[in-house]
Amino acid sequence: MTVSNISRSKASNRVVIKVPEIKNYTLNFGPQHPSAHGVLRLILEMDGETIVRADPHIGLLHRATEKLAESKPYNQSIPYMDRLDYVSMMCNEHSYVLALEKMLGVEVPIRAQYIRVMFDEITRILNHLMWLGAHALDIGAMTVFLYAFREREDMMDMYEAVSGARMHAAYYRPGGVYRDLPESMPLYEASKWHSQKEVDVKNQNRQGTLLDFIEDFTNRFPACVDEYEVLLTDNRIWKQRTVGIGVVSPERALQLGFTGPMLRGSGIEWDLRKKQPYEIYDQLDFEIPIGATGDSYDRYLVRIEEMRQSNSLIQQCIKWLRVNPGPVMLDDHKLVPPSREHMKDDMESLIHHFKLFTEGYALPEGEVYAAIEHPKGEFGIYLVSDGSNKPFRLKIRAPGFAHISALDEMVRGHMLADVVAIIGTQDIVFGEVDR
Amino acid sequence: MIETIESALSFLPLGLVALIIIVGKILVLVLPLMGAVAYLTLAERKVIGYMQVRIGPNRVGPFGLLQPIADAVKLMFKETIFPANANKFLFISAPVLTLAPSLAAWAVVPFDDVLVISNIDATLLYILAMTSLGVYGIIIAGWASNSKYAFLGALRSAAQIVSYEIAMGFALVGVLLAASSLNLGEIVDAQRGDYGVVNWFLIPLFPLFMVYFISGVAETNRAPFDVAEGESEIVGGFHVEYSSMTFSVFFLAEYANMILIALLTSIMFLGGWLSPLNGILPASFLQGEGMLAMLLGDGIHWLLAKTSFFLFLFLWFRATFPRYRYDQIMRLGWKVFIPITIVWLLVVAACVVGKVGPWW
Repeated sequence: MTVSNISRSKASNRVVIKVPEIKNYTLNFGPQHPSAHGVLRLILEMDGETIVRADPHIGLLHRATEKLAESKPYNQSIPYMDRLDYVSMMCNEHSYVLALEKMLGVEVPIRAQYIRVMFDEITRILNHLMWLGAHALDIGAMTVFLYAFREREDMMDMYEAVSGARMHAAYYRPGGVYRDLPESMPLYEASKWHSQKEVDVKNQNRQGTLLDFIEDFTNRFPACVDEYEVLLTDNRIWKQRTVGIGVVSPERALQLGFTGPMLRGSGIEWDLRKKQPYEIYDQLDFEIPIGATGDSYDRYLVRIEEMRQSNSLIQQCIKWLRVNPGPVMLDDHKLVPPSREHMKDDMESLIHHFKLFTEGYALPEGEVYAAIEHPKGEFGIYLVSDGSNKPFRLKIRAPGFAHISALDEMVRGHMLADVVAIIGTQDIVFGEVDR
Repeated sequence: MIETIESALSFLPLGLVALIIIVGKILVLVLPLMGAVAYLTLAERKVIGYMQVRIGPNRVGPFGLLQPIADAVKLMFKETIFPANANKFLFISAPVLTLAPSLAAWAVVPFDDVLVISNIDATLLYILAMTSLGVYGIIIAGWASNSKYAFLGALRSAAQIVSYEIAMGFALVGVLLAASSLNLGEIVDAQRGDYGVVNWFLIPLFPLFMVYFISGVAETNRAPFDVAEGESEIVGGFHVEYSSMTFSVFFLAEYANMILIALLTSIMFLGGWLSPLNGILPASFLQGEGMLAMLLGDGIHWLLAKTSFFLFLFLWFRATFPRYRYDQIMRLGWKVFIPITIVWLLVVAACVVGKVGPWW
């Protein structure tokens, strides 16, 4: 206690000692923080190690995607969608092209629908692996992260084989998908650093088509999930860190606008793939895992089971795709560019090409909302068209935004270490939150 | 050997000769220790690398063997950054205060029947005292950094080390009871017997062994008890503001402590330098001058092998477990370990009085 705190009150001539006031302190968490999942900034009001209030600050990754989309033809916004939630790229595209197709009233070839569903599920695994690795790393188990990335590598190769890009694919197009699945996989080549023998081992499962490669992966993958589970599911420390952390009741989850695994973890059976089937989900066989208590551990179990379900969905798609060749794109050159070959000797095709790549296509006047079951929840595109070749307004409904809004409520009363566990369980990616 | 040096230096005054010999002994201990610390960091990166299906450092030198040297050189040439408003004196003294006790503890550690710098009676007490002193460096580091993250780390570390010190101390009391000596050399001798491995304290003191080793992991702030560092929560905790040499000194201390804990565990519970083949092979194999007898019989190589095994466990834990939360660590220390040690102390005391088994 300093001297200034002791003063003599004149009236009573007694010594009055001011007891120093014990205050909560604020801690600035992020945006440069290893567990901020990019650029989350939290202002934490803390009482010792306990969180009294958490104030998430967002917008540090704002790239004005919605506004940019208003100034360019519809097709040119597809690559922007990849960059929203940059760990589940094709799902973002899917929602956008669905909105366009709904507006245009076109029916996508069935093979394209299967390919889309297959890649949606590959993307779901891709996203959940990233989530699993990051979540475990936040809680301190670093090996899972590298195991998850081992499998992600194969899935990135699938992306690359089909679209040429490992992340930002721009593979889904209104009217189908950009091109059919390739008949061969790119092979590793021997070099100064990798002998022919090493390369041969790596190329073993790349000898056939992309479908063979994916099938090989789906056969291996359940064992990989078992491996992650061995490290985490029954681990006492993992359970201590996740059971009872960030509990959300089913009612509250609905009120907060939760979707996806966050909602299912709270025990509400809601999955757009079942409840509002799009593409060919109604013809596939899968189950929706739900949690019982709504804590981080339940959400973990839900996502793990979702990976297994996705794996089986991919297998079902592969089975169908193997025996059903066909077009993967509409044959409508008002919407889909003609092939290069035709452009060489066909005036009509050249004109279509020119029109499509300068002006694009116009959507009828009106509005539309198309949502899909994104790995993180309901990802929706609300589109208003004034009949021109650009959207009048594009609104993106990102699941992460609703989830991070609930962060304060979820972390109150927990400790600092639980904050990172809860950020992890929410599966936040700032590309979609900030848009 | 020491006598020859003494006679060679006999032209110097007696006090100076003693000083030279002491400094020489210290160098003989500290230099290999620093080398071991450096290569433990490489071993850690390699072992964890292979556990995580990666290769680990392999660019500097053959198999990455020069990596620790490259790291040391890099750290030495970095700028030491002082945070604004940090107390410079405390800021610099903190890493020193961490490293000094962790090196000082090595003064009494025996490697062999005769190989020890200072063979004092109260070895265990001295080691307990020295290892507890290390926490001051951490607290001061957290305080002097003028950062909330560092401060949180320091608070966590203080609470953690103080609580695990108790469990550790109790475990040592068990060893002390069993060996009826505080001297590490005598503790090893007490584990010598006709039955070899069975004579080691590992079996009668098994719960204490577990408690001691786990507390040792907690004491050295290693995963899964690394809340004071808390990479993903408090971004490095007490050393978040440290850079260059000041930072690496913390790491030297941490790794020196790890080696010390591993070594003490093998001395107190696994018979130190005693050969595990005692009692299995006939005594004629184990004694004598031959190369084979040297290898199979008691000797420092057994101690190093046992220590390496425990060091490997440290690395294995780090690759496997998630991190405990701060309050869960406290619970484990106070509500699990301390009761276990107290109960087992009673059991050990009863056994010693009743002269149970081959041990007493």
